[in-house]
Amino acid sequence: MSLGSNGNLPNTGEKATTYTKKDFVSSQTVRWCPGCGDYAILDAVQKSFATLGIPREKIVVVSGIGCSSRFPYYMDTYGFHTIHGRAPAFATGLKVSRPDLSVWVITGDGDGLSIGGNHLMHAMRRNLDIKILLFNNRIYGLTKGQYSPTSEIGKKTKTSPLGSVDRPLYPTSIALAAEATFVARSVDVYGAHLRDVIHRAAQHRGSSFVEILQNCNIFNDGAWADLADRKTRDNHKLDLEHRKPMIFGENRTKGIKLGEGLQPTVVDLASNGVSEDDLILHDENTSNPALAYMLSRMSPPDFPTPLGVFRAIEEETYEAAVHRQIEDARGNSTPADLEALLKSGDIWEVS
Amino acid sequence: MEAPQVSQTEAVGTERKQAAVIRFAGDSGDGMQLTGNQFTTTSALLGNDIATLPDFPAEIRAPAGTVPGVSGFQVQFSSQEIFTPGDEPDVLVAMNAAALKVNLPTLRKGRTVIVNTDGFDASNLAKAGYQNNPLEDGTLDGYRSIPVALTTNTLKALRDSPLQNRGKQRCKNFYALGIMYWLYSRPLDATEKWISKQFAKSPDIVDANLTAMRAGFSYAEVSELFQIQYEVPAAPQEHGLYRSITGNKALALGLYTASVKSGVPLFVASYPITPASDILAELARMKPQGVITMQAEDEIAAVCAAIGSAFGGSLGITMTSGPGLALKAEAIGLAVTTELPLVVINVQRGGPSTGLPTKTEQSDLLQALFGRNGESPIAVVAASSASGCFDAAFEAVRIATQYMTPVVVLSDGYLANGAEPWKVPDVNSIPTIPVKFRTDPEGFQPFLRNEETLARPWVRPGTPELEHRIGGLEHTDISGDVSYDPDNHQHMTMQRAEKIARIAKSIPLIEPFGDDKGDLLVVGWGGTYGALHEATVQAQSKKLKVSHIHLHHINPFAANLGKLLRRFKNVLVAELNLGQLDMLIRSRFAIETIKLNKIQGQPFTVSEVLATIEDTIQEIHQ
Ligand code: SF4
Repeated sequence: MSLGSNGNLPNTGEKATTYTKKDFVSSQTVRWCPGCGDYAILDAVQKSFATLGIPREKIVVVSGIGCSSRFPYYMDTYGFHTIHGRAPAFATGLKVSRPDLSVWVITGDGDGLSIGGNHLMHAMRRNLDIKILLFNNRIYGLTKGQYSPTSEIGKKTKTSPLGSVDRPLYPTSIALAAEATFVARSVDVYGAHLRDVIHRAAQHRGSSFVEILQNCNIFNDGAWADLADRKTRDNHKLDLEHRKPMIFGENRTKGIKLGEGLQPTVVDLASNGVSEDDLILHDENTSNPALAYMLSRMSPPDFPTPLGVFRAIEEETYEAAVHRQIEDARGNSTPADLEALLKSGDIWEVS
Repeated sequence: MEAPQVSQTEAVGTERKQAAVIRFAGDSGDGMQLTGNQFTTTSALLGNDIATLPDFPAEIRAPAGTVPGVSGFQVQFSSQEIFTPGDEPDVLVAMNAAALKVNLPTLRKGRTVIVNTDGFDASNLAKAGYQNNPLEDGTLDGYRSIPVALTTNTLKALRDSPLQNRGKQRCKNFYALGIMYWLYSRPLDATEKWISKQFAKSPDIVDANLTAMRAGFSYAEVSELFQIQYEVPAAPQEHGLYRSITGNKALALGLYTASVKSGVPLFVASYPITPASDILAELARMKPQGVITMQAEDEIAAVCAAIGSAFGGSLGITMTSGPGLALKAEAIGLAVTTELPLVVINVQRGGPSTGLPTKTEQSDLLQALFGRNGESPIAVVAASSASGCFDAAFEAVRIATQYMTPVVVLSDGYLANGAEPWKVPDVNSIPTIPVKFRTDPEGFQPFLRNEETLARPWVRPGTPELEHRIGGLEHTDISGDVSYDPDNHQHMTMQRAEKIARIAKSIPLIEPFGDDKGDLLVVGWGGTYGALHEATVQAQSKKLKVSHIHLHHINPFAANLGKLLRRFKNVLVAELNLGQLDMLIRSRFAIETIKLNKIQGQPFTVSEVLATIEDTIQEIHQ
């Protein structure tokens, strides 16, 4: 996958280029259940971080509560394991006050979309330059198996013994509606793809939202089985490539065409009269999020699951705007010192 | 038009008064806060000591003319040092029937009430719930009632103004202000300047307001409304530069000063809530000074962002009122266990729940101390006057950074909006707050404690070789590694408690006002200072053996508090709640106390405190 050119990485230190995965492995024993998809994600993140060219001490990993949120403890960077759902809010204060840091938020479907939905939304709409990795396993793992905001209707769990009647959210739709400037999706076990997506997210200047489809082998095993299984995955995923037609299938014989009423439809390239030219051309950079939103709503069984970068547009970041305002204000007024400030307003002298 | 000069006509005499209390009351659309503030500024510039009590409705614009829509502003101005806005007004200005209805009960018989007779038509009377017109039915018997057709007179004065009728009517508050300026021999120039600046974009409004005020002044002078004009001379004040300051403004300045004096940048995140919102507004105006402010998406985000900035090496600040403090509780607990500095300002208001958003109360004390899950001790400081808010904010930053702990600053609605003169401190005399970020990797551990303060090191991310993780899970002392060990949890719980207790070593001993022993010690905290102090002064002048202490540090207490309490035969704990400090004092020192509690959304009056002091002492001697 080609990397975007809009890099925003802090100055690369000499030693930064010499990192390997090991430099990002902390001394703590990893405590996820054996077989959990989080291991693969941790591996991909550690490997990508080694290639980012960002000095290790400039990276901060912030998380909330949940299985995914144990992540910072396993990364040998600065890390902050905070409270349930609020990681984006902590990250906001950190990034605005320290724009020089590379700030990563690790969250899950419960942490990010349920208790923390408000903060996730507002971090993205401000276009804060933070990187949000949302591990979506469609279940509450740490509390031992309750349905989550992404669980499918009918899902039987401890708290939904007759099946969930809650309608699920599409995390990428939420990100787009919240004005995220970078939205992407990958799968826990897709090592190379996941590393590339993380790399792209890191290079994006602004809020990056990455949904990582993750298996919870204890409470929701096979959550993304069709995508995980090497034998079936090609028929179930749509690899998004910038400026390329939307083609998928193990023999690349299927495509996505825009049908009536702006509805996407799956077409067979082998059948008569349909050519690649009829297919939707993916474009990450359109300012109108409609195409990306359409992708975010495409889901099985009628559609393949889109993977890769849905959207990547450039806008001024929140922290840049905040500091620009401060600099402008400084420029316009005489540099006011403390004394001048204390003596401002209606002043009188008693002699 | 020539500005009328302050002069003494032959017809009326001038009486010199030591102090006066006036109250402007009208509809919330009548500009009473503005009018009161102008009178206050003028009086402060004249050298009076001042104290104000704004009293406005929770609704932005309750239906015009109704009782819930009444907005009031009381100011005491004096030639002596004063501590409260006064128990009751000498002169009440009532702009309509509802304003009279709400405020007449606070006016003692014999005092003056200036009524706008145009605000008493059938509709006004109905909205105020008057069956009969109080101007005619004897309601005002015994008061010195001065009826003025304020609206009509204002319209007459403005007949040449190009403004619409409505616009002209809106100038009536300046007409009323003009009358009051004459009555108390105040010059118009400060308000004239203010009007010209404030409405500079609309010259017609400038002219109309100036004309209305001058007309009111002249009317009072020539109409023989009053037999007498008053003078309240300047108060003896220490030499220096002064400004008028509200509690909210003082908090903002105190925080910024602490940032300069510690060399640590200020990051402020807050969510709008009455009566704390103005603090964020004040700080947002300090962007040229490099202050970063952020209006967060909610109360929780505000405190979390502040903690996030503290992790990054900033002074993380958030401010709120009671309901917001409840929402921030979990995050404050995180700052307790991760031992990060944090300042949370709580401008208290009447509770529970939404309660009385614009009224004052002291009922969040126990919430501040204990309103979190688990054993999560924090430092709590309280401001006792509007200008004292500056010191409280500064002290909170000192404690937070020296002890790596959250600190709650308690202010209240009364301090937040009340104004008083403040002697601007000499910048060089303000101590520095020494903050040192750890940069040395040699022997670094995230929870390696300072032997004296037990504070852990503060590290800015970006520092090479100090990468570390902190979080809400219990962790091992020194290393910070996650730990579920039972003994470690007990040890850490004790360490966190001991760290807060040790703050007491760095705070000044309490010096009582009055003797350090006697019949009665009046104990208070927060915004009640003025009333308790004044009542104590009056009791002492009656030769009663009363002293007063006012606590600025509530957790921990100053080291000599227990000793002091035991030197008095009785201890009176006076608070605007049902006895929250009292509960702390009784449980901590196992002493008997007497309580004075008021939960009406209003501050103590001096007379009710004095009465309690007198009753208590009488009982002792019986
Ligand atoms: S419960 Fe599920 S998500 Fe959590 S660690 Fe175990 S396998 Fe992973």
